[in-house]
Amino acid sequence: MSRIHLQGINKFYGDNHVLKDIDLLIEDGEFMTLLGPSGCGKTTILRVIAGLEKPQSGTIHMDERLIVNSGELFFEPPAKRRLNLVFQSYALWPHMTVFDNVGFGLTVNNTPKREIKLLVENALERMQIGAFANRYPSELSGGQQQRVAIARAIVSSPEVLLLDEPLSNLDARLRIDMRAELKRLHLEMGTTVIYVTHDQVEALTMSTRIAVFFEGRIEQADAPMMVYQNPSSLRVAHFIGNPRINLIEGDAMREGKTLTVRSPLGMFRFSESGFTPHMPESGAFGCVLGLRPEDIILRTASGENLTSARIYSIMPAGSETLIQLKMGEETLLSKLLGVRSFVQDQQVWLEFRPERINVFHKDSGLLCKMTDMD
Amino acid sequence: MRVSSETFDDKKALSYSRKRKWKNLILSSFSNPYNIIVFISVVFLAYLILAPLIEMAVTTFTLAQSDARRADGQAGDFTLYYWARLLTSGVSRNLLYVPLMNSLIIAVSTVIIAISLGSVIAWLIVRTDLPLKNFFSLAVIVPYMLPSWCKSMAWLAIFRNQRIGGASGFLSYLGISSPDWLSYGPVAIIVVLSLHYYAYAYLLVSAALRSVNSEIEEMGEILGANKPSILRRITFPLVLPAILSAVILTFSKAMGTFGVPSFLGLKVNYYTISTSLYSTVQRQKGTSFAISLILIAIASINIFINQKIIGSRKSYATIGGKGNRSNLLELGKWGPPIVAVLFLFLGFAVLLPLLILLYQSFMLKAGEFGLSNFTLHYWLGDAVPNISDGLPGVFKSSQFWMFVTNTLKLVFFTSFAATIFGQVLGYINSRGRHLRSGRMVEQLVFIPYLIPSIAFGAMYLSMFASAATVNLFGVTFTVVPSLYGTFLLLVLVSVVKHLPFASRAGTANMMQIGVELEEAGQIVGASFLQRFGRIVFPLSKNGFMSGFMLILISIMKELDLIVILMTPSQATLPYMAYTYSTSGFAQPASAVAIVMFVMVFFFYWIANRFFNADITGGLRG
Repeated sequence: MSRIHLQGINKFYGDNHVLKDIDLLIEDGEFMTLLGPSGCGKTTILRVIAGLEKPQSGTIHMDERLIVNSGELFFEPPAKRRLNLVFQSYALWPHMTVFDNVGFGLTVNNTPKREIKLLVENALERMQIGAFANRYPSELSGGQQQRVAIARAIVSSPEVLLLDEPLSNLDARLRIDMRAELKRLHLEMGTTVIYVTHDQVEALTMSTRIAVFFEGRIEQADAPMMVYQNPSSLRVAHFIGNPRINLIEGDAMREGKTLTVRSPLGMFRFSESGFTPHMPESGAFGCVLGLRPEDIILRTASGENLTSARIYSIMPAGSETLIQLKMGEETLLSKLLGVRSFVQDQQVWLEFRPERINVFHKDSGLLCKMTDMD
Repeated sequence: MRVSSETFDDKKALSYSRKRKWKNLILSSFSNPYNIIVFISVVFLAYLILAPLIEMAVTTFTLAQSDARRADGQAGDFTLYYWARLLTSGVSRNLLYVPLMNSLIIAVSTVIIAISLGSVIAWLIVRTDLPLKNFFSLAVIVPYMLPSWCKSMAWLAIFRNQRIGGASGFLSYLGISSPDWLSYGPVAIIVVLSLHYYAYAYLLVSAALRSVNSEIEEMGEILGANKPSILRRITFPLVLPAILSAVILTFSKAMGTFGVPSFLGLKVNYYTISTSLYSTVQRQKGTSFAISLILIAIASINIFINQKIIGSRKSYATIGGKGNRSNLLELGKWGPPIVAVLFLFLGFAVLLPLLILLYQSFMLKAGEFGLSNFTLHYWLGDAVPNISDGLPGVFKSSQFWMFVTNTLKLVFFTSFAATIFGQVLGYINSRGRHLRSGRMVEQLVFIPYLIPSIAFGAMYLSMFASAATVNLFGVTFTVVPSLYGTFLLLVLVSVVKHLPFASRAGTANMMQIGVELEEAGQIVGASFLQRFGRIVFPLSKNGFMSGFMLILISIMKELDLIVILMTPSQATLPYMAYTYSTSGFAQPASAVAIVMFVMVFFFYWIANRFFNADITGGLRG
């Protein structure tokens, strides 16, 4: 239960600048996910917070306590930071039983034996692996090993729990079970959680806030639905959402309080309410429209304000149906719930709701106009 | 891009203090266990590797007391006398150029024979349907387990003729007088060395052949190439890097080897560079050390070529790790003759030396191979003045038990120290791979590998023959103690010479212990010693033991390294076998060698059976 504040963190490996001026405030009790493609520095920032890496510049506060001050080469040892880390590889000690793995940290700081037994059993129970206390890690399945690793991290009730891609080695079904488990654990313990993943679904479903990383920088740090519905840049828009967002180029013109966009989707007029600080004051500029596949409405009959399109390909998946559409030269992807009966090359009409469209500035790639949030 | 810092009530600007920064820097450098062990290791390695090397080089430029008058100078003066004597004087020919030429001839011939032999055997075992394959694949590495100098003893037992006096060999007994060129000198040396070093080529080439994916060859077959053409145009180029590595390795070993040319060459005044070094070391250290430096230079150039030329090509020898070949070449009617030849070869390389030495140890009079000459005297007999100058049978001799004890003491102390140090160095190498310190340690440790054993012994003789002191603030410190004639010196030289192998074994061992296992301990507050004792060490136990056993076996057979440093009271079994043999006591020498074999095979068995050690692992160290 701690607030963590990172300011101006820079980390180099030789000439390789891995973390660039990271500023991030993680509030007490948050479930903060660091999301990004591999090699973006998200694991490094986790290791910096844990104390396993020393940044070349920047400070970190835990609550009011200064734990890193690179300027004075002050780095609090990891063990004194009152946090714990679950490694991607689990890093279970193969020569110790489950009980010894979980209890190791307690024996190191000379906790009385009886108390150790109590705490370890409690942690194992919480992760529902009490029956395996005397087994060795190699005798457990991947999912059980994962639970041991988490039990080991929570046994000493850390104030901050760091998780480095903990679910990446599990199969798809187990992953969903563990997501639910972790979310419950977070609410029950009230611990601040910092969670690293490259899986956007994990990030969206579990977090209270997501920080999206690209090339060592934080591109956006917001609540999951904000990131989904109003990605701060084209890169974030691209990365978040499966199936991918539709991006269509257009010409925009700002006149006073309104923005007019001409695009293959048709002409749209947007009022000032959704404008971001990145919106040009006035004049014409190139733009990119972002439209989530589920926000395209398909109709089988023509009507006012509808745009004609042709079905290029149909991909039914049971719970949803993906439909690829051709509109002149443009290709759009639409997602409909349930099983739909369309045929290839069928003519359909599309409805776009302006309030569901993001407008990005084409040159800077930054978001100029937000959607109306649900 | 600043994110959400506006929601944070700005901390008062952090004050900055240079004093605190330095305090933190010093504290963290001194409390970082990695820095401490790197520091200690670098000091140790500099003292035990660089200092002796420099000391030896300096000695070659410093006039010794005994040469002061001859060179017209004061003892301790700077002089070029030794180098001039070695390179440009009337004796240079006999001291350097002829031995160097001999060494080169021996090394090149050995390379040609050993590499062809090893590669052909490797190809037969990996690529053809040779019968009894499992037996052969183990049997062909046995010759390597016998030290090469034992094979020269066996060679003498067979081929010795009247030329050098004393008892003659088995052939003479049969009435066949073996010619001088066969009994002693280059031919004998080349044959014995080839029978020993073909194991390198066999191991390297067979590993490369196994790793070549058979699909690559099958592709050639699909395209219409016949078997010989596939062998020549696909298989051979793929294993060429392995063959070249074996060439370099064999060449440097053959260049620096001492035991074999000393057994088979010294008696007929056939000198190689290593025996020339050995015979000058007693008379004139400066000259001898200069020869050492030349030998080291040759070895270094060799390794350098290896790294530059082959280093880059080595990579594709391991293409496709899964190549599990099913379509072996059928030997057909060639099978039985090839098997027969292999058996003959193994008989000659393994069985014959062992049997002849064993047999010889039961012969009352050397050279008499008849059954009437049978005796247990050299094993169980009491001292009789007219047999071998009154040496008792080995099991009756208190001296013999001292040799056994010395040997065991030396191998245990040395392998224990070398393995521990090797693990520590391995820890540095594996954890500091990306750091300058880690690379520096790695390079320092590699140096003993460059230096042939005999030259390495000479180096330590130079360093530790007399004490060196430094006077600091009126107090005298002994910087280098005089260790000549002590057990400690033998341990030191063996430990340091085996460090390259020990550290590589340690690195491999530590690499398999993920850094995260340690970090997981670090996060919950385990100190460095707790992490080492409770996580790293328990996980590295097996590697530790197998490394320990392999070093132990290697030191047990060691002759070249310690022959210069040895004094009678420290003598080990190999040294005694050498001494007896050179004094003409063939039977006690054989008995001692047999005892050593038994011990070597016993430890191989333990290493293999209990510690899962790769018995070929010691080969490259």
